[in-house]
Amino acid sequence: MTSIISRLKRGLIISILLGFTNAAFAAAMDMREGVTDMSRRILQLHHLSLIICVIMGVLVFGAMFYSIFAHRRSRHPKPADFHESLLVEIIWTAVPVVILIGLAIPATITLREIEDNSNADITVLITGSQWKWHYQYLEADFGYYSNLATPEEQINNFETKGRNYLLEVDNALVLPTNLKVRFLTTSDDVIHSWWVPDFAVKQDAIPGFINEAWTRIDVPGIYRGQCAELCGKDHAYMPIEVEVQSEEDFAQWIQDQLLAIELASGQAVADRARTWTMAELTEIGQEVFVDHCATCHESDGSGQGSTYPALAGGEIPNGPLQAHIERVMNGSVDTEMQSWAPQLSDLELASVITYERNAFGNNTGDIVQPITIYEAR
Amino acid sequence: MSVTADHVIPNRSPLVAFLSRWLLTTNHKEIGTLYLLLSFTLFFIAGAMAMVIRLELFQPGIQFADPLLYNQMVTMHGLIMVFGVVMPGFVGLANWLLPMMIGAPDMALPRLNNFSFWILPFAFTLLISSLFMDGGAPNFGWTFYAPLSTTYGPPSTDFFILGIHMMGISSVLGAINIIVTIFNLRVEGMTLMKMPLFVWTWLITAFLLVMVMPVLAGAVTMMLTDRHFGTSFFAASGGGDPTLFQHIFWFFGHPEVYILILPGFGIASQIIPTFARKKLFGYHSMVYATISIAVLSFMVWGHHMFATGMPLAGELFFMYMTMLIAIPTGVKVFNWVATMWRGSMTFETPMLFAIGFVILFTIGGFSGLMLALVPADFQYHDTFFVVAHFHYVLYPGAIFCIMAAVYYWLPKWTGNMYDERLGKIHFWTAIIAVNMTFFPMHFLGLAGMPRRIVDYSLQFADFNMLTSIGAGLLGLTQVLFLYIVVKAIRGGKKATSRVWEGAEGLEWTLPSPAPIHTFEVPPNFPIVEEEYKHE
Amino acid sequence: MSEKQRNQRKHVILLSSLAVGMLGFAFALVPLYAIFCEVTGINGKSYEGEVSEPAPNLQVSEREVTIQFLAQVGRGMPWEFRPMDSQLKVHLGEVNVTSYYARNHASQAVVGQAVPSVSPGYAASYLHKIECFCFTQQHLEAGEDQQMAVRFYIDEELPIEISTLTLSYALYKVPEVEVASLTLTDNQQ
Repeated sequence: MTSIISRLKRGLIISILLGFTNAAFAAAMDMREGVTDMSRRILQLHHLSLIICVIMGVLVFGAMFYSIFAHRRSRHPKPADFHESLLVEIIWTAVPVVILIGLAIPATITLREIEDNSNADITVLITGSQWKWHYQYLEADFGYYSNLATPEEQINNFETKGRNYLLEVDNALVLPTNLKVRFLTTSDDVIHSWWVPDFAVKQDAIPGFINEAWTRIDVPGIYRGQCAELCGKDHAYMPIEVEVQSEEDFAQWIQDQLLAIELASGQAVADRARTWTMAELTEIGQEVFVDHCATCHESDGSGQGSTYPALAGGEIPNGPLQAHIERVMNGSVDTEMQSWAPQLSDLELASVITYERNAFGNNTGDIVQPITIYEAR
Repeated sequence: MSVTADHVIPNRSPLVAFLSRWLLTTNHKEIGTLYLLLSFTLFFIAGAMAMVIRLELFQPGIQFADPLLYNQMVTMHGLIMVFGVVMPGFVGLANWLLPMMIGAPDMALPRLNNFSFWILPFAFTLLISSLFMDGGAPNFGWTFYAPLSTTYGPPSTDFFILGIHMMGISSVLGAINIIVTIFNLRVEGMTLMKMPLFVWTWLITAFLLVMVMPVLAGAVTMMLTDRHFGTSFFAASGGGDPTLFQHIFWFFGHPEVYILILPGFGIASQIIPTFARKKLFGYHSMVYATISIAVLSFMVWGHHMFATGMPLAGELFFMYMTMLIAIPTGVKVFNWVATMWRGSMTFETPMLFAIGFVILFTIGGFSGLMLALVPADFQYHDTFFVVAHFHYVLYPGAIFCIMAAVYYWLPKWTGNMYDERLGKIHFWTAIIAVNMTFFPMHFLGLAGMPRRIVDYSLQFADFNMLTSIGAGLLGLTQVLFLYIVVKAIRGGKKATSRVWEGAEGLEWTLPSPAPIHTFEVPPNFPIVEEEYKHE
Repeated sequence: MSEKQRNQRKHVILLSSLAVGMLGFAFALVPLYAIFCEVTGINGKSYEGEVSEPAPNLQVSEREVTIQFLAQVGRGMPWEFRPMDSQLKVHLGEVNVTSYYARNHASQAVVGQAVPSVSPGYAASYLHKIECFCFTQQHLEAGEDQQMAVRFYIDEELPIEISTLTLSYALYKVPEVEVASLTLTDNQQ
């Protein structure tokens, strides 16, 4: 009798140690605590379910390992002949039900709060596109695009990768601490998903529909997330960066942005008042092209099959100017070509179209001035 | 097989004889072999695609596969593994074993059986050839959500749709055949509650197939009309809804993943009692648990959609139903352990794979339970945590069961024992490789790595490298498995009828190798009683 | 034919009918989904008749909610499209009017269709539109612009936990083929 118990103990101890090793290992890459009340509660729920699973695993696998050891033929030559027991079946059906109820209750309570989007202080409309995000502050009534800022050279292994490789953007979303922020998500092409693990907010961005989610952030700082729904070629390359500031700093930032927009529109007026040379336009145009167009059309304009047509010797860059302008500004219904009019300024559009018509061996000699673009809007 | 098969045209050249035999066969053993060969071939093809994926993910940055190719690899790997490896593998086992297990001479509809198989090589040639088409192969994930697959899918998407239709027809016809066979051709005296559990799980799986493959057919047809015939099922611009696609797809998709595992449950339920030398514990309970799993599988599809903006009531319903499925699944695991308990076990390769299956599948079940909890799912959804979960239930789940079945029944099929030492090496290397490949994925997901990405940020680098090394090792174990199987087919220690000391079932009353025609006269009742005592 | 063969044939027919029936079910899921959404009002679409007359005994309640207005333009759609009011504070039961501005920037006539979406989804069934440009396709000549009105009221029964709701219109280009027939399905309202 004692030898059975000591064997049982040994088997259990080994199983528990294995379990703990796994748990310790897991702590090295556990889900993060995050900076919202909700992210912390979700972490607790995660730990609760993990511990329950580990305990159940230790018990079941412990029993199995013990049996493998003690009931192998060399040790246990005569098999028992029991093969059913209603009582046992009832017990091991009922006990898991109780455990599950124990999990379902905290999950339900947390979920009800997550789905309560009422009484928000500010609302941000998030629009996913291939392959960037657009953020619009509804109360302040302005918005901007947020693109991946990691240089191509790092992706292609020509340069060492920076610390925030693939998690950095040109214009981060700026949010205040302590206020309840309501997110509205949508898309203008395929389904994307906006996810910031530190907030525990993940919401699909579905074309033609708006979804809502909310958060209330405790700690200022920079938080990073990624698109969480396969959305085509550059799904890995549309990160999310959120800069969280104190309420006062945030209010100031909003004012600064509104001022900057006024200044930029003043700049835009100046830009379209003058006539630009071919050299000036193609220089700016090349930068715009590398930042926005090369990912699909390739930096030498050679394209990628029929999905991303070649611009070198291509039909549209060498054809009627008006059609080229319309295609770049408004995109195309049937293909992945997006409308760039909302994202690029008059000067940027004029210069990139000029560049495309005079680079990669194209030689139309056409020049497009910003004023032309302005009038076409 | 030395006996002349039925469809060989006499007095023709050897080539014609060979082709006419294999193209025209209506014999369940030959068709079973064809399915298994197809499954094994596609296993290597889809496995090679996994190697491309893991090679690219070995380090951050783009090295071998640009995003366009990578997304095609991810998509095709999933499609071929699901539709070309696991499903045909289980169907091959069904074909070989079901008639023998129920004492029938063949399947109920032998010509339909041939047709069901031969659709598949054409379907997969179509699907795989899309890699070489303009625009490349499907690149939208094996779950092909709209509108990425409808408005933005490459031209090959239409061929993909046709391929899916062909596979669906093959599955439905095969499933009808299996149900009719089980209901009508059981030997006298074998009531439903006396059938081996492998027969039960296949009966239930076949009903699932008949019910949900047509739903998939509907979904891809709607995709086709959205793409080319002006409908707007899934496009908001025409009044449609992309989420509708997900509902229809997952209404098929969730029962589909149970289709991918239930026959495996049946296999484990045959193998463990044999090597424990003890009857399966709780036969009735196992049957009811399998039926409950199948019924519940129709009520949980929304758990794939928690992040789509589902209202609270929907989230709660699907959370509770999904948690419920853990109960009958747990019951099955407990019953297998109870079968082992106080048995008299030996650990030949089939038993090793069966035990490995029970342990590792259970780990996959645990991560599934965690995923069911909606608030936590918001952090797990579309990350590598999900990838870890389904690979645990599919690889150490379905694939281990198929391998266990091959080791277990290969002596019956070929008359030769496989090399036991090599089998054990295969098992232990696979255990190490499988865990090295898929366990770190849990951590990657928890750390925030999304799925289906060609490139990742630096904090994910170490575990990705570990995973890729494990995957390389896993790929090598397949080559070893191939070698073991080929070696056993060509020769080895001669197998007896019984093969395994503790084996019970009508197939073990037949000679090894089983003759091409068996049970043309039904076995008599005492033998049946002897093999299938469950009371 | 023996009894066994008769039985087999019966099973084959039953199972094939089951398969065909499930295929029909898949297609039936489309209207079923629409009905389910309409009855529960949960996917942000309101499914009302063309004209929703205010109930004769419509009471204006004390309770105020904020309604936000958003505009989205689909890809390839060369129109400028924006709400004239970004948000309004309204009383429940009160009839209000707002409008959207649209301008066709292309060099030829274009027809557009606006598709609404409401958040939270279940608020959609409480938002009654008496008059809305989303009920019909909008035709603009090259360079033409237009103000398009939405007259609406919010039902008093709006659940108490909703203090803000958002109405978004996504404007899509109607392919030339469809312009010919100006009839709409209920889904588009």
